[in-house]
Amino acid sequence: MNKQEALFSYTLRLADNGLILSQRLAAWTGHGPFLEEDLALTNIALDILGQAKSLLEYAGQVEGKGRSEDDLAFLRGEREFYNTQLVEQPNGDYAKTIARQYFVDVFDFHFYTALANSKDETLAGIAAKSIKEITYHVRHSGSWMLRFGGGTEESKQRLQDAVNDLWRYTGEQFEMNEVDALLIKEGIAVDMTAVKAAWDKQVINILNEASITTPLVAVMQTGSRQGKHTEHLGYILAEMQYLPRVIPGAKW
Amino acid sequence: MSNNDTQGTLWEVFLQRKPGQPFVHCGSLHAFDKEMALQNARDLYTRRGEGTAIWVVPSTAIVSSSPEDLGPFFEPANDKVYRHPTFYQIPDAVKHM
Amino acid sequence: MEEWFDAKLQKNEMIEPKDWMPDNYRKHLIRQISQHAHSEIIGMLPEGNWITRAPSLRAKIVLMAKVQDEGGHGLYLYTAAETLGTSREEVLDALHTGKAKYSSIFNYPTLTWADIGMVGWLVDGAAIMNQVMLQRTSYGPYSRAMVRICKEESFHQRQGYESVCHLAFGTPEQKAMAQDALNRWWWPTLMMFGPTDDKSPNSAQAIKWKIKRESNDQLRQRFVNQTVSQAEYLGLTIPDPDLKWNEERQAYDFGTPNWDEFAAVVAGNGPCNKERLAARVKAHNEGEWVRAAATAYALKKNEVMSAA
Ligand SMILES: [Fe+2]
Ligand SMILES: [Fe+2]
Ligand SMILES: [Fe+2]
Repeated sequence: MNKQEALFSYTLRLADNGLILSQRLAAWTGHGPFLEEDLALTNIALDILGQAKSLLEYAGQVEGKGRSEDDLAFLRGEREFYNTQLVEQPNGDYAKTIARQYFVDVFDFHFYTALANSKDETLAGIAAKSIKEITYHVRHSGSWMLRFGGGTEESKQRLQDAVNDLWRYTGEQFEMNEVDALLIKEGIAVDMTAVKAAWDKQVINILNEASITTPLVAVMQTGSRQGKHTEHLGYILAEMQYLPRVIPGAKW
Repeated sequence: MSNNDTQGTLWEVFLQRKPGQPFVHCGSLHAFDKEMALQNARDLYTRRGEGTAIWVVPSTAIVSSSPEDLGPFFEPANDKVYRHPTFYQIPDAVKHM
Repeated sequence: MEEWFDAKLQKNEMIEPKDWMPDNYRKHLIRQISQHAHSEIIGMLPEGNWITRAPSLRAKIVLMAKVQDEGGHGLYLYTAAETLGTSREEVLDALHTGKAKYSSIFNYPTLTWADIGMVGWLVDGAAIMNQVMLQRTSYGPYSRAMVRICKEESFHQRQGYESVCHLAFGTPEQKAMAQDALNRWWWPTLMMFGPTDDKSPNSAQAIKWKIKRESNDQLRQRFVNQTVSQAEYLGLTIPDPDLKWNEERQAYDFGTPNWDEFAAVVAGNGPCNKERLAARVKAHNEGEWVRAAATAYALKKNEVMSAA
């Protein structure tokens, strides 16, 4: 693997996280728990999809084979996606959507803060712009974590169930492989060790504040760095990609 | 749809379009607490870059004049011309005033 | 009081929430504004239906932003209705129990991607004609909400037309998809303006109160006049054999919509009435524990303002 291939793979990984998560969030538009929150969550989905779009466009440039952001989003198969299994988990109830979101938001916050110092100017630029959006996302999902934890017995239980369910998918966010090793040497990629420490601290803090028990999970799920996913991803892609595949080459 | 269901309470939103400008009422929304009211105001009323600062106020905290007040409240000010600079005559030769 | 109110209308002055107003004026407004709000909210469904299947990232972003705008419109209108003394809960309850109406157009299904462009071009286009007029409606909060809405609506019709352009000038399959969508949406769109003037008693009263400023037939005619050339540019055929330019009237003559179908859809028997309402009720019911949690949390934090 050379630097260009590593950078392509690394950029896709970030892009796919945003693309798949926003695809999940978008399913809430028009179905939120009340109108104001419906609009708020759609804003977040739009931010994240915007980030993913910039990253996919850049991935296409890095690859240098003339693939556009849409080619990369709509014409890759299940084993060519590198998002974490966490973001492809179903929306479930609003507690699950919020817990998933909070786990990702806190990760993104620390990750992109570090990435803003990347020697790759494009990634650094996208990161710097994204941090402002992500700071707000953490504030939004974090305040809901506290509302659910400190709200009713039911909301607390639902949040606890969601956290228990999702916890085993959180470890994958910090995995590093040969792509990271190569790009860290170049000063491009982020060392996940520090991101994990910051994530652990902030998440465990809010779980305590919300009176939620931090789960003890012996085995974290893994595989997405090799394009291995949960069964959910195939369905997400089937829905998302069908139209450009029915009329190949069409402009929309 | 139970009887004790709630949609939160009504808040009024005031936006400052640019730093230094006055805050202007731009609309209302529902929220359950202060932080949510602030966030909802941001998500609802600044999606097109309309503001740089927000006030949110519970609607119940607003005291307003009523239509009957129109005369006694506001008409007395109409004939107080001496409050306006144009009431005073300054010789043309005097500048910068 | 009644004279004072009439005089105010005569002078084209706005009526404000604390002003005296006839009971029927208030009732008419509550009904019209909340129906309008429900239409925006229900309108999120047929278009939201395609967000996860939008065929490009740009199209997905645009559609999400548009559907979100419609939610905002519903919200501005619900708060305008609240100034007349109804609560959000009351008006939502009326919707969920089937007592309140909303625009029938949203009871038609969005079957293909072309329907999304068609809804933007035709349905938003028709809605905008109505909404532009309502900016000058006599009730202040309604008028102010409409001014804000019209500003936001300006991109909706344009993005719809742009999307139809891609199809009409695209592959043969895409063009066929666009023509099929136009065939299905044309007549329901014309019916959006409501029954003909002779069959619309509410409408006459609304014009007297300056809530509405133009009649259903006037608006419908204006819509047809402006849309024909837009369809011609696309090379699409409007599915009306009676459509032709009338030199004398300086307007298009056009056929009669199927008013029986209109009545059936209004009465609840359109293709998607049940699905639309069920989706709203489901979201409301599933959101109940979320709202209860937020209420309880605010109580514990001692942040509850006296309930409005
Ligand atoms: Fe709208
Ligand atoms: Fe619209
Ligand atoms: Fe609309």
